[in-house]
Amino acid sequence: MAERKRAVALISGGLDSMLAAKVIMEQGVEVEGVNFFTGFCVEGHTHAIRKKKQHQNKRNNALWVAEQLGIKLHIVDVIDEYKDVLLNPKHGYGQHLNPCLDCKIFMVRKAQAWSFMEENQFDFIITGEVIGQRPKSQRKETMPVIARESGVEDRLLRPLCAKHLPLTLPEREGWVDRDALYDFHGRNRKPQIALAEKFGFTEWAQPAGGCCFLTDAQYSAKLADLWEARGSREYELDDIMLLKVGRHLRPQPNFKMIVGREEGENNYLKGYQQTYLSLKPVSHGGPLTLVDGNPDQADIELAAQIAARYSQGRDAELVDFELRFPDGSTRPLTVAPMKAEAIDPNWHV
Amino acid sequence: MSDQEIDTRGLLCPLPVIRTQDAIKALTPGDRIHVVATDPGTQHDIPAFCRVHGHTLHSATETGDEYHFEIEIA
Repeated sequence: MAERKRAVALISGGLDSMLAAKVIMEQGVEVEGVNFFTGFCVEGHTHAIRKKKQHQNKRNNALWVAEQLGIKLHIVDVIDEYKDVLLNPKHGYGQHLNPCLDCKIFMVRKAQAWSFMEENQFDFIITGEVIGQRPKSQRKETMPVIARESGVEDRLLRPLCAKHLPLTLPEREGWVDRDALYDFHGRNRKPQIALAEKFGFTEWAQPAGGCCFLTDAQYSAKLADLWEARGSREYELDDIMLLKVGRHLRPQPNFKMIVGREEGENNYLKGYQQTYLSLKPVSHGGPLTLVDGNPDQADIELAAQIAARYSQGRDAELVDFELRFPDGSTRPLTVAPMKAEAIDPNWHV
Repeated sequence: MSDQEIDTRGLLCPLPVIRTQDAIKALTPGDRIHVVATDPGTQHDIPAFCRVHGHTLHSATETGDEYHFEIEIA
């Protein structure tokens, strides 16, 4: 009996990669999943932070998909390596700061590298890509670019649109039957939904705008603002995590405020009080505000006036704050809340 | 009794899962680890991770703002 072939599947947590893996499993190939965590993944974080979303399921969709498929899933931290993809994308950005094509090349290359590190190497790699699905990365012209520049070449199989693409090694060698692969294309989701029903999948994640924060206009604007304010495009995980949380206002070029929008965010921001200056109203209920940058005394008072606007004391004459420094020392600060009309809409990042 | 404690306090998912997974790589079947987390998402993700990889989750408890998991490596 022929040796059972093994494939590694890029699992995002969405429907397409779930179906792609299932199509290949149905052909008797042993499949394991790999999921890369860049720091920009929509998965998990915001769900965990925002209390008002607690009624929603906070599960990790990639793990959930693996469980539905009955395969192992390996989640790989690529936060540091991903910086070069984001900062120097050879193929440029999509609509926002999303380097989708470089990202896909990176992930396919990483999947192969990961496979080589495992004791039992995998024979080929599968993705849930569909021609025409994404304007930047999933086009007929980009499919060979990903295969070539990742170095994976013809060991990269896209089961959902394989019939539109040249034969790959797994097809040529008869490891998989090309006739049982698919010819999906375009943004129409009906074929995927029909296939999901055929496999008996009744539930799947449908992340709006994909699974990456970099495809989000508002998030990309916050990231661009951070880079501009710092005069450098370097970032750490905490920087990009904080961009997902709170209301961001930059009243002056030298400082930015991050104002919690609800209890879950306030709790999350508390974890950064040893890193950033923070303001908490004490005379009234209200959010925790972090101040990032190099504010002087006048700037801190301005920040407190704005923060008071978001407190329950917004209509009071004065609001008392506790100003906390990163070293843990505190001092009181009392300000008059800023009038709503005085808050420049351009301050919102 | 745990052989090793994995402290993921302050980390948000999937990082607690990644830290747990990476720690397990260095262990052998039958070893036990104790994972401590503060992200409520771990209540779903750590048990799911154990099920996917066949590890035995002996206990999952909540104390205050922390979540504790006792895992036996498969």
